[in-house]
Amino acid sequence: MRLSFRSLPICDNASLLVNFFQLEKTLVHQKNFDVIVVGGGHAGCEAAATAARYGAKTALVTLSRDNLGVMSCNPAIGGLGKGHLVREIDALDGIMGRIADAAGIQFRVLNRRKGPAVRGPRAQSDRKLYRQAMQKELLENTPGLTLIEGEAADLLVKNEMIEGLALADGRELYSRAVVITTGTFLRGLIHLGEERRPAGRVGEKPAVRLAERLDSLGFKLGRLKTGTPARLDGKSIDWASLEKQLGDEPPEAFSMLTSKITNQQVPCHVTRTTSATHDIIRSNIHRAPVYSGQIDGRGPRYCPSIEDKVVRFGDRDGHQIFLEPEGLDDDTIYPNGISTSMPLDVQESFLKTIPGLEKVRILQPGYAIEYDYIDPRELYPTLETKRLPGLFLAGQINGTTGYEEAAAQGLVAGLNAARLAAGSNKVTFSRTNSYIGVLLDDLVTRGVTEPYRMFTSRSEFRLALRADNADQRLTAWGESIGLIGATRQKAFATKSTALAGIEAQLRSLWITPTHAASFGLALNNDGVRRNGFELLSYPHFNWNDLIKIWPDLSAVDQTVAEQIAIEAKYAVYLDRQKDDVERIKRDETLDLSVFDADGYDFISGLSNELKSKLDSIRPRSISQARQIEGMTPAALALLAAHAKKRRIPAPATVSPTASVSA
Amino acid sequence: MIDTIFSLSSGAGRAGVAVIRISGPLSDYALEQLCGRLPAYRVASLMTIFEPETRTHLDQGLVLRFAKGKSFTGELSCELQVHGSRAVVQVILRVLSRLNGFRAAKAGEFTRRAMENGCLDLTQVEALADLIDADTEEQRKQALNSLKGLLGREVRGWREILREIKGLIAAEIDFSDEGDVADNFNNQIDSLLQRLEVHFRSALASFEAGRIISDGFRVALIGPPNAGKSSLLNALSGSEVAIVTEHAGTTRDILEVRLDIDGYPVVLIDTAGMRDAVDPVEIIGVSRARFVASQANLILILDDTLGTDFMLPPELADIKSIRIRSKLDLQSSQVAVSSPQGFDLALSAQTGEGLVELRGLIAEQLREVTYYQTSVILSRYRHKEMVERALMACTHSRTSLAHGIEFVDDSVRSIDQALAELLGEIGVEEVLGEVFSRFCVGK
Repeated sequence: MRLSFRSLPICDNASLLVNFFQLEKTLVHQKNFDVIVVGGGHAGCEAAATAARYGAKTALVTLSRDNLGVMSCNPAIGGLGKGHLVREIDALDGIMGRIADAAGIQFRVLNRRKGPAVRGPRAQSDRKLYRQAMQKELLENTPGLTLIEGEAADLLVKNEMIEGLALADGRELYSRAVVITTGTFLRGLIHLGEERRPAGRVGEKPAVRLAERLDSLGFKLGRLKTGTPARLDGKSIDWASLEKQLGDEPPEAFSMLTSKITNQQVPCHVTRTTSATHDIIRSNIHRAPVYSGQIDGRGPRYCPSIEDKVVRFGDRDGHQIFLEPEGLDDDTIYPNGISTSMPLDVQESFLKTIPGLEKVRILQPGYAIEYDYIDPRELYPTLETKRLPGLFLAGQINGTTGYEEAAAQGLVAGLNAARLAAGSNKVTFSRTNSYIGVLLDDLVTRGVTEPYRMFTSRSEFRLALRADNADQRLTAWGESIGLIGATRQKAFATKSTALAGIEAQLRSLWITPTHAASFGLALNNDGVRRNGFELLSYPHFNWNDLIKIWPDLSAVDQTVAEQIAIEAKYAVYLDRQKDDVERIKRDETLDLSVFDADGYDFISGLSNELKSKLDSIRPRSISQARQIEGMTPAALALLAAHAKKRRIPAPATVSPTASVSA
Repeated sequence: MIDTIFSLSSGAGRAGVAVIRISGPLSDYALEQLCGRLPAYRVASLMTIFEPETRTHLDQGLVLRFAKGKSFTGELSCELQVHGSRAVVQVILRVLSRLNGFRAAKAGEFTRRAMENGCLDLTQVEALADLIDADTEEQRKQALNSLKGLLGREVRGWREILREIKGLIAAEIDFSDEGDVADNFNNQIDSLLQRLEVHFRSALASFEAGRIISDGFRVALIGPPNAGKSSLLNALSGSEVAIVTEHAGTTRDILEVRLDIDGYPVVLIDTAGMRDAVDPVEIIGVSRARFVASQANLILILDDTLGTDFMLPPELADIKSIRIRSKLDLQSSQVAVSSPQGFDLALSAQTGEGLVELRGLIAEQLREVTYYQTSVILSRYRHKEMVERALMACTHSRTSLAHGIEFVDDSVRSIDQALAELLGEIGVEEVLGEVFSRFCVGK
């Protein structure tokens, strides 16, 4: 079994796909898959695509194929931290970057005025184009993937191992691994003013039965909330009075495989709330579910609803709103910055106090949604649950927010589910070389108290983990585990060769300060020769300066030149960080799974409180253990000492090597 | 199960009382074996101590029993206060070592267990070592302050500022493009970094004082040969430590004596008289004298005449000094003890005249340099190194403000790292090794 599907050439799976679609109708009760993915949101799509790309026979179960690739909140992909995740997904040949490129109608790199290490690519998406591109990708271009429409109702479990999935209509699907990506559908409850109704997303049913099943398995559940603003009719907005915000020209794509953005590019507009807006909200605050006590779940601090902003930052006279288009042939506008669950009449009246929105028509009211999430400390960093081997969870169900965070988890869960089915080692990601690693480590170690969103601040190694070098950090590793398709392999090889060649060339070009001065370039006049790479590392030198000295360099491809210049700027710092990276890696690699069999009871010198915390979290590494609340240096030393004594020879997981290139 | 450990915790040798400490899960078992019953927790109980098998009477003593979580080590433990004879102590230790699951404690093991059980943090462990080693009153106070967690508290205060800085950096990097957040916090960040710098600098200044309190205030006696340096050393220490003759150049080697002046440890250093020597041994002595004097906190320049122009070696010019006219008893004319012409003080090692005044002058200098002891005390080179690293990173962060927020972020992380290491949160093993290598058995 293991060999048979791994050895299938990927291109031949196309014919298999056709067969599966035909088979679906006949073999209802004994379908065998390697991996079943439940849910067709951003986590589910990426998980299914990854598992199939890895070579697993994969089923994607969703209520309706039209739901694949739906953007349920804002029509945008990327941003700071989030854009980094998209680039990392792309570097591992994932689909989100390419889909976002196909659907993008305004591309803007955030923090463009700041250093390259803290820039993040972002794009407004046309919802319809996004959905179409996603459906085309999964249904037409993903060999080995079968779509099954239906409601997941129950998990099939045998001998405390996952065995498959039961659908509400009675069908049973068998598999080695199941990935659940049900987002906010677990006992979702929508709040709109005083009104409440159970729902997954507006107009869709919540997954109550599945939630009950997870509950009965003993998973620790928590409750979170998130919100979304009203959708506005663009035809009712006074555009002429508003400040325009244009995208970058030329637009910068997410995927290294995207050669050109072909969609028409459109502007966003900016407006602000006024003191009149705030007055209306304040006088109706008792009708806001969050303040009336109707909502228990915790919302995100960094993405507050407008009523939160008014209550918490009452002294501000206005809050910025980005009016984002939802599509090229769609007049719907997403007003980013004013998510709300106030009653509809309040929404209507406060919106009209905002410049440009005086005559606005609401197409769909804003609302808040409360939902169950599973405490991610129930998971290993592979996203497999500790309670039920073979069951993986990804996306918002783990307490995260955001499409990108969801997709990144989908990739990890899909990959590990496929590897589990193939009998291979599971893989983990290190926080020293990817935001995916940071995300996983944070989730499974610390858990969440509010919806978890990625920020660059969450990483210790911002200078090394850049959006521009995601491929240099991850693609080679992806290739080594068989996750990278032929097209990307080729593109990556070409780029890597070019980078190495140009860097070597720069390091062989030398110039003295006097000679540089003759080109009008100032260097410390110390008589020391410097090479081209060193020149680039100075804050006041750029590529064009090098061209003045060595005109041949003008032939170098612009993206290659940019990447080299960035590497040079940070080289000294990255060198300095190497020790820190090494230290964290040592801590990450000291395997604490040796305690799984015997627990922590035998370690005297640990307080009972710490023992029970360790028991519930079961840290995989010293670095994870360090983050447990109440952990003392001495306790860490004890764990490390015992782990070294009891070390198991073969490592349980493989992980991308942290290569901080300098 | 973890071993139960025991050790003589009071000083070795004959004493009125000897304290034997036992810690670990089997402590109660030891009491049952030795005393036949268990006293109440934390009540000093007079008990008879037996040899468990033969029931031979070994000694009678006070027994203290401590509950788990309420003892120094955090473990179940007890203390036997027995008569301080070597024979008694030896026999009890021998009995304990024969019990199953018992072994003699290694150096520092009680403290290590206390730390492992979360009863002490690293800086407190270091302080405890100091407290045990304390010879003088000021050393004791300093160690006790650290033991109470003074240093840890101060560092936590610095980290509060650091957290504020990190917040601003995060806001600038992660949120400035979302609207509602200012684009640039450079001024705020810079002023916070400046505040940190001030803290670090004054902590480092306090290190010198801390070091003096723990290692001693080094006072070097220098001057021409036969000026009476060795006599003064003997007079101040109250014993004939140094050989004194009438021959110039008697002292060849460096001689150190520890004194207690106003509760401060003072190391008084006798050196060879400085002259252009010809004897090869004396030449070495003179060069050593110059080196040792250059490392001193204070030099006492002795001269018995007004006439000789003793040339102070140039490398000593910046060190605080007291000029002393010696051999007051031999002076022909009347010379005042205080402020004699060309000197700070006149004295006689023979009669003792002027010695009290000299002690006063030394104490004055001491107080000046230990002024900082009321604020933080960095008493160890390890602390100093970490704070120096933090200061360097802090200065670097400030210059980075001009180059880009991501560089500031990077250096600020280095500050954080240095402080975490100072508190022993990272690099645990190395630090522990360093700290515990300094303990004597029984603590």
